[in-house]
Amino acid sequence: MENSRRSFLKLAGISAIGLGTKPVLDAFASSEAHGEKHGPEIFPNQEALTAKRWAMVIDTRKFESEADLDPIIEACNKIHNVPKFKEKRHEIDWIWVDEFKHVFTDLEHEFVDDRLKHLPFLVLCNHCENPACVRACPTKATFQREDGIVLMDFHRCIGCRFCMAACPYGSRSFNFRDPRPFIKEENKAFPTRMKGVVEKCNFCAERLAVGKMPACVEASNGAIVVGDLHDPDSEVRELLKNNYTIRRKTHLGAGPAIYYIV
Amino acid sequence: MNDKNIIITGLIIFFVFLTFPFWYNLGKASPVPEPKLTDKAKAAKECVEPKEYMKVEHMQILDIWRDGVVREANRVYISKKGKRFNMSLSTGDDSCMGCHSNKAEFCDKCHDYTSVTPYCWDCHIEPPKEKK
Repeated sequence: MENSRRSFLKLAGISAIGLGTKPVLDAFASSEAHGEKHGPEIFPNQEALTAKRWAMVIDTRKFESEADLDPIIEACNKIHNVPKFKEKRHEIDWIWVDEFKHVFTDLEHEFVDDRLKHLPFLVLCNHCENPACVRACPTKATFQREDGIVLMDFHRCIGCRFCMAACPYGSRSFNFRDPRPFIKEENKAFPTRMKGVVEKCNFCAERLAVGKMPACVEASNGAIVVGDLHDPDSEVRELLKNNYTIRRKTHLGAGPAIYYIV
Repeated sequence: MNDKNIIITGLIIFFVFLTFPFWYNLGKASPVPEPKLTDKAKAAKECVEPKEYMKVEHMQILDIWRDGVVREANRVYISKKGKRFNMSLSTGDDSCMGCHSNKAEFCDKCHDYTSVTPYCWDCHIEPPKEKK
């Protein structure tokens, strides 16, 4: 009796080893076959503008009134099919204008100098180093690219608006209505949005991908510069080195990438 | 217990009513639609991948392209045969819709037949109706 039990266990052990190695061998066999086959591949465009960390410097000394800023905002709105709603509560903004006391809440005081007090500031998504919106988004519709650009995948947005609550800069807008009828002139090369999604500035990722500078930079006559923050020879770094710059609400720790020369 | 006839008649009427859609539509099944190709698509002979593959897998390709373009900024597709393509649904002449500019005849025909309603065109701008 004991003998047969022993031999049974032996046999069972050997069989288990045999069965166990089969999947391993199969995996090896299939991976070799894979190596030979040439599958489809996808690549970035060769002309694409790239950076380790994108940043923007806005030289507010070159602006005097809102009239100087309108063409910049208009260029952005036109390219990105940003709708123009009559009612304030439906408003969609990618880049817009605000006063010093609202933009730099932590730097504002009663006796701030006259020029800054009345100067219109361009505000947009700050493409933060530690974006609160990305952490808040439950579907990963908002994400941060390796080059620092905070983007939205409109396909994934479910319109929960957590990101809007999380963003300390109010950079996001929600489509309460179907935006299509409110777009004056559709740019066929860029999609519109639909009712129920959030949208914001995308740092012209679609333009960088084909080797073009962001629309606001092109429309600004040199007042807005974008470049690589990690490249010591970039134009952005040059400007930061030679000018005093401020950023919005830095005490919050979001690490905004939009710098203002004042 | 004398209502046997009424009950049976009622059951027959009910049964006829229940099966109405089946015998009413008998022999009227609409034929499987064939998508129409534009001249440009015909001239190209083959899409980014062979026809049979595109027929079955076009939605997977579109999904991969979408994530690739939006999330990874990858815009160049190299097919199994080694050809390069610009990854875009509706931007420019070398996009999907640049070639298949007849959305109603190409996309909608089969999608309607199979009751599939993709939401591409809620945001992406349809190619113009008239042919270029």
